[in-house]
Amino acid sequence: MSRWIDIAALDDIPARGARVVKTAQGCIAVFRTHDDRVFALDDACPHKNGTLSEGIVHGAAVTCPLHNWVINLETGMAEGPDEGQVATYQIRVENGRILLDASRLSARSAA
Amino acid sequence: MAEKLVIIGAGMASGRMLEELLERGADYDITLFGAEPRGNYNRIMLSPVLAGEKTYEEIVTHDADWYRDNNITCRFGETVVKIDRKAKQVVSAGGVTPYDKLVVATGSASFFIPVTGNDLPGVVGFRDLDDVEAMTAAARKPDGKAVIIGGGLLGLEAAAALKLQGMDVTVLHLMDHLMERQLDPAAGYLLQKELESRGINVICNAHTKAILGHDHVDAVLLEDGTIHPADLVVMAAGIRPETRLAVDSGLHVERGIVVDDSMHTSDPHIFALGECVEHDSVVYGLVAPLFDMAKVLARTLTGETAAFIPPAVATRLKVTGVELFSAGEFDEDDGREDIVFRDPARGIYKRLVLEDNRIVGIVMYGDTADATWFFGKLTMAEDIGPIRETLIFGPAYQGDGLADPLAAVAAMPAEAEICGCNGVCKGTIVEAIADGADDLGKVRAATKASASCGNCTGLVEQLLASTLGDDFEAPTEQPVCGCTDLTHDDLRRIIKARALKSIPAVMQEAGWKTSCGCHVCRPALNYYLIAEWPLEYRDDQQSRFVNERNHANIQKDGTYSVVPRMWGGITTPQELRAIADAAEKYNVPTVHVTGGQRIDLLGVKREDLPDIWADLNAAGLVSGHAYSKGLRTVKTCVGTDHCRFGTQDSTGLGIKLEKILWGSWTPHKVKLAVSGCPRNCAEATCKDVGVICVDSGYEVSAAGAAGMELKETEPLAKVATEQEAIDLTVAFIQLYRENARYLDRPYKWVARVGMDWVRAQVVEDTDNRAALCARFEVSQSVYRKDPWAEQATDEHKQNKWSPLADLTLEAAE
Repeated sequence: MSRWIDIAALDDIPARGARVVKTAQGCIAVFRTHDDRVFALDDACPHKNGTLSEGIVHGAAVTCPLHNWVINLETGMAEGPDEGQVATYQIRVENGRILLDASRLSARSAA
Repeated sequence: MAEKLVIIGAGMASGRMLEELLERGADYDITLFGAEPRGNYNRIMLSPVLAGEKTYEEIVTHDADWYRDNNITCRFGETVVKIDRKAKQVVSAGGVTPYDKLVVATGSASFFIPVTGNDLPGVVGFRDLDDVEAMTAAARKPDGKAVIIGGGLLGLEAAAALKLQGMDVTVLHLMDHLMERQLDPAAGYLLQKELESRGINVICNAHTKAILGHDHVDAVLLEDGTIHPADLVVMAAGIRPETRLAVDSGLHVERGIVVDDSMHTSDPHIFALGECVEHDSVVYGLVAPLFDMAKVLARTLTGETAAFIPPAVATRLKVTGVELFSAGEFDEDDGREDIVFRDPARGIYKRLVLEDNRIVGIVMYGDTADATWFFGKLTMAEDIGPIRETLIFGPAYQGDGLADPLAAVAAMPAEAEICGCNGVCKGTIVEAIADGADDLGKVRAATKASASCGNCTGLVEQLLASTLGDDFEAPTEQPVCGCTDLTHDDLRRIIKARALKSIPAVMQEAGWKTSCGCHVCRPALNYYLIAEWPLEYRDDQQSRFVNERNHANIQKDGTYSVVPRMWGGITTPQELRAIADAAEKYNVPTVHVTGGQRIDLLGVKREDLPDIWADLNAAGLVSGHAYSKGLRTVKTCVGTDHCRFGTQDSTGLGIKLEKILWGSWTPHKVKLAVSGCPRNCAEATCKDVGVICVDSGYEVSAAGAAGMELKETEPLAKVATEQEAIDLTVAFIQLYRENARYLDRPYKWVARVGMDWVRAQVVEDTDNRAALCARFEVSQSVYRKDPWAEQATDEHKQNKWSPLADLTLEAAE
């Protein structure tokens, strides 16, 4: 079951940018696209664990700062010839606030 | 006996509700209160009234006869001050009026931003006819100045109308681009350009600090200290639901008066509709949903079951000559895709947002002819899968409509100048091609076109292609990336020629194929804009590679390296002590001495960066820019200070150069060295610019490399004085900044344009040398500063360096 937690205001993240949410299991990168969509992914590139939250955000994708892998924010899949996938989390915006589904966080700690 | 229906508010929502109610033959004894001394009129058309394109009489919806014929008791100009729910009556100046059912339709009021002076005479909202009359009166004053606060729909309509009335109009908008709720940056840019071409001054990112004046408004003061004189200030920064009566009477009110699907408030005898209500957490400001509410309430009041379903809403800007349409949604949901069409030459931009093969959002600028067709598909949630490939071209799509760069070159007139350096026009080049010059080299030899700076090479090649057709081999120059067909040189040229001053502007004018570029083109564009418009362009942090955004070098494990600047490679015991202290305090695992005579602290955690910078700043150390496409280091030997062979003060010159050049952004990194004698201990002859001191002066050389390639510098000139050596160096770097492709080191750029051309620019042409130095200095007035000091503030710590949220406890449950 979903358990939505209010984590921040949409405007706390720059458009075409990202910031991280700390969890007991590591950081989740929260991205805001040019058209104000938000996405939450593990902050680690499937290639060599690059911090995706520091990448350049374009369209609904981010380019990892270490070796330019491009990760699709909607699916977490690497684009182009690269293969790999990052875990994604349910996230949404309501009245300018960002809500993250925390049920997966608990599930991870239970696992 | 008929039930008593009392309505508070005689605006468009209650007006439509009355029409619907009467059509249904409802039997009520109706009393209508209105705060304005007049009945219902079409508030949406206030802008044309303000512009003088319509009169008030033309926009009246219900006149006195209509109210009389329908037996409605009108209490216009009479403000209701209280709802007494217990006694079921409303209180106004005229006494108490009992009700059986009450409708609250109090609408909304302009939001007056909370700054000093917002209550001065001359500050008006834009909601009703009184506001329009106040504005019209102000516009009668000759040379009157109007400042509009808010660049949304209403503000821009007011701006255009007041401009038509002859006022000098400035729009102050808080956000990055106009109408940001309805438009994306590209359409916002086009709109701003159109308004500016009409003489309206538009200032985005404008934070109003105060409204100035004593008895009457005089001016608006912004946070950045600029002052905009004003005889009239129009508050168009948004609207607030008018809920005071409802709050006082204890009804459930959030942002608006809360209603359910049938328009009931929390009191079973009281209903509400219009801009004052909140339905399912949403407040409405456009007329279409209000009319839907009116229908629902009319049914509820006649005992039918009806439910309000929020409709898709569309916006059109009512400014004559501006074609703009926006509908649906652009944000918040996963799984959306964009189809974008741009026609820069005609100023057209269209964007469709798709979800599950259905249109959910539309933005159109310049050509809205197909808006109704698209909007129909949006409201019907039609599956557009079968026509997706041609959808964006609209219902009349025929054949291939894509832009072709070759066709654009072919369409240029013969007298159009292609090569600015040598003044060669298209006709001359085409003649040369006809006479047998069938490749770039032959065209250069015959006409000199593209034989100097080389920036027009792409154009010349396109001319060859369009003139020779299949006989011409495709140009070797590649486009910047998959987002565009243009090359780096094309981009630099159009940014300058068309005075493009923002990334959305370039993407629009150059017909970008993606909505906001990619990691290849965005940093390049950001650099080109910084280089071309140092004073006007605002550096886009989101188009910066991580190292330049975070002012440190990211390492493979996500930690950073920190390199303080040591001017000319000189340091002091105090600086070394501060570096040592910082290394210990922040548990720096590796301290390394670099090849550029600096100390590198490797393995610093991201969250420690602002603190370590603050500590280093306190000791007088600033950023060494070891991470930037900019000036890195000036390496020196100790010269005449200590060395028995030294001929000049090489250390002093190195420090002077570094103090002049630091902080500047360049197409790629730039490293310098100054050696005090030809023994060249500072290894100056493999640098981007190297100076070797000799007894008689300074030998300045440039375009060396000691990386993936190894190349000795080429002589630029030998000069007698230190000042000349400095000027030559600065001019060379500015020429490089203005002409090179992003990510070309100087040696690559010089290989393309030739050292002869560079010497002609910076050595032989002394006027040009001075001009280059002056332009560099203009740019440095902005960029010669320590980014670490800027980043180590509390504000940045909170907004950038700290996590967005800490859920470590949350997950540990």
